[in-house]
Amino acid sequence: MLVFIASAWAHAFIDHAEPAVGSKLASPPGAVKIWFTERLEPALSKIQVFDSQGAEVDERDTKVDPKNGQLLVVSLPAIKSGKYRVSWRVVSVDTHVTNGSFEFEITG
Amino acid sequence: MRRPLAASTIHFSNVNFKNLILTAFYIPLGMCALVAMPNWAGAHGFAGERFFPATISTDDPFVADELSLPTFQAIRVPGAPPTKTFDLSADIALKLTPSIGIEVADGYMLQKSPGSRLRTGFDNVVVGGKYQFLLDAEHEMIVSVGANAEIGGTGRASIGADRFSTITPGLFFGKGLGDLPDSVWALRPFALTGQVGVSFPTSSSVQGTRISNQLRWGLAVEYSLIYLEEHVKDVGLCAPLKRLIPLVEFAMQTPLNRISGPTTGTVNPGVIWSGQYFQLGVEAIIPINSHTGNNVGVVAQLHFYLDDILPKIFGKPLINP
Repeated sequence: MLVFIASAWAHAFIDHAEPAVGSKLASPPGAVKIWFTERLEPALSKIQVFDSQGAEVDERDTKVDPKNGQLLVVSLPAIKSGKYRVSWRVVSVDTHVTNGSFEFEITG
Repeated sequence: MRRPLAASTIHFSNVNFKNLILTAFYIPLGMCALVAMPNWAGAHGFAGERFFPATISTDDPFVADELSLPTFQAIRVPGAPPTKTFDLSADIALKLTPSIGIEVADGYMLQKSPGSRLRTGFDNVVVGGKYQFLLDAEHEMIVSVGANAEIGGTGRASIGADRFSTITPGLFFGKGLGDLPDSVWALRPFALTGQVGVSFPTSSSVQGTRISNQLRWGLAVEYSLIYLEEHVKDVGLCAPLKRLIPLVEFAMQTPLNRISGPTTGTVNPGVIWSGQYFQLGVEAIIPINSHTGNNVGVVAQLHFYLDDILPKIFGKPLINP
């Protein structure tokens, strides 16, 4: 069984994110970056950022970093203080789908 | 599929050592319902953002492609004299359709009592199935029905394998608390899974000992550090801590007829580490009363996510309607 593990793929989970999950920031970030545990399928993976009213505020330009197939990035405009929800849905290269969300807050 | 190892092993030690997993096989009605109400159940152990690990001592509510190999249990079973029991078991579960799964389990037991020689042999085979009829991603909830059948006479009598069969239909559920408000964010990583069922033995007595129907119920209270780190608050845990799920499982059974006796069972505190392809878990087995036993045991399990290890083979249901 273990022989197969090295060459297999799996569901992509968050390794870490910027802004960090549940974090409070003094100033708005220019982008949301999420590092996943698996390489991602660029065409089927995306991040959306919503304000507290449910309006999408990101630049809708999600892309997988060309130098790191596990890093997904979406740009942000100059957003105001408040709570924001990051929603992600990704497909790893073996077609496993995972999704999730987390919040961050701008206090400045 | 998880087996209520401790409860089944310890309870009514003068009767037998039912030591196989509560699996499920489909109630025919459930099969019919599937045709009328198909439901895509998703990947193993997921309900929305919630990942439910495969619990060790109680059955979990989802259908999946997974393999537990091995599950090891060691405990001293009360009696006159008491018996040291070691159990190595395996079970495999496969998806037939996105919401129907089948499972097979068996175990090899070693038993030693003072003054007697080592007894070894296979326990009875258990076959089962499950129909996952509700998946609510928003509220992180799964509900399934299923049943198992311990097939009497397939194991070795000298290690206590029953000569009769036992059929146990049951209800299984899982609920994550991720929908709690932000004001109680620290509680959001909690999740509950559980099961309740009634066992129906095909024999009412063996050599003068009455065999009862039993209410079998179990509960697992989990706190997922995975969920905490990924969805609630990055508290800076490093590997392997960020992949841990501390939990307490309760595996209980209560006789319903033919004999009068108290509820027996165990409380099993432990921890599961979940990686990309497999999980490791270990729990203490603590009897709840003297009728169950007087000694603490241990159970450990290596569990593989077959759909992640071999996605081309196990990533899809065997039957894809």
